[in-house]
Amino acid sequence: MKALEKSSWSPYAVGAGIGALSWFTFLSARKALGVTTAFEGTAATLARNIAPGITGVNEYLAVVEQAPKLDWETMLDAGIVLGSFLSAAASGDKSGPEVPQRWARRFGAAPSTRYAGAFLGGVAAMFGARMARGCTSGHGISGNLQLASSSLLFTPVMGLSAMLVARSLFGHGRRG
Amino acid sequence: MRVDPLGKLALGLGTGVAFGVLLQKGRVAKYDVIVDQLLLRDHTVAKVMGTAVMVGAAGVHALVQSGHAKLDVKPLKIGGIVGGAGLFGAGCALLGYCPGTTLAAVGEGRRDGIAGALGMLAGAGLFVRAYPRIKPLLDAGDYGKSTLPNATRTSPWPWIAAMAAAVALGTLVPNETPLKPRSLLDRFRRRGLEPSRS
Repeated sequence: MKALEKSSWSPYAVGAGIGALSWFTFLSARKALGVTTAFEGTAATLARNIAPGITGVNEYLAVVEQAPKLDWETMLDAGIVLGSFLSAAASGDKSGPEVPQRWARRFGAAPSTRYAGAFLGGVAAMFGARMARGCTSGHGISGNLQLASSSLLFTPVMGLSAMLVARSLFGHGRRG
Repeated sequence: MRVDPLGKLALGLGTGVAFGVLLQKGRVAKYDVIVDQLLLRDHTVAKVMGTAVMVGAAGVHALVQSGHAKLDVKPLKIGGIVGGAGLFGAGCALLGYCPGTTLAAVGEGRRDGIAGALGMLAGAGLFVRAYPRIKPLLDAGDYGKSTLPNATRTSPWPWIAAMAAAVALGTLVPNETPLKPRSLLDRFRRRGLEPSRS
């Protein structure tokens, strides 16, 4: 497995690999690759077991189309973490500075600020993804490859919003 | 809680491992690569996604037409898609990853990825809380499970050919945008190394 020892592959090889992986998921699981549905199910399951009253999870369960389930997609998410870990370990790919340079120049080098930003970004990204029922994987790759109208609308709106916010956070991206 | 059969869970895990390896090798689990894509300075993300969509589209449509697979598309609900995509894009720009690449960043050992993943779980919890109230908003403008070929009564193949052409044209764009000539000159000046104009 020499290829696994390389720290990166060509973006075209990686893209073709993800495309071929989606053939496999349609054949083997009758599903498209997606990441965020399992987060919603996990959150609902946690809410039901920890604090069903405060979280209002029963109102959610009454109107939701699919009951939460420990399923193929939950394990897919766990697998992404494992696969990335194995890949980074095999190549000795160091993860770089704790706080990315571009972030540090704009918001300071304190790790806590970066973690807070990542946490808030994660909250917004997941809430948005569940509103749209998909993310960069579910719409951006799986939906677009099926030529789904929903995904063909999602992708440009997502891209425009992300670019505008990145620009307002970091200016025009000068490295110097 | 309901649980899938063990074989299906194992299949999900194996598929995820392959996906995780691909994301990590593609360098798309790296903050700089994602943010530089949003600032249009690095086109790795667009190349990975474009190639994945093109290769995936050709194979999946062939499988569907030969009766080996069925499409699995999300409904077009204008409220949820437009509102969700706008919020999602903004969140990803702040996070510096998208949900799949956040998980891959966790695997790479990045602590901001862990903070992001916890944020995503919290965001999913907030969504569970809000869903009964915002459902009418999300369902506004429901066009069902529409696809471009069935909405326009066309074959998928011309669209897939157009995608292939777009990806082929994209190969002409370098992965990383080089520094602009002017800013290169700025660098020389700063070091007192301005090239002479002979």
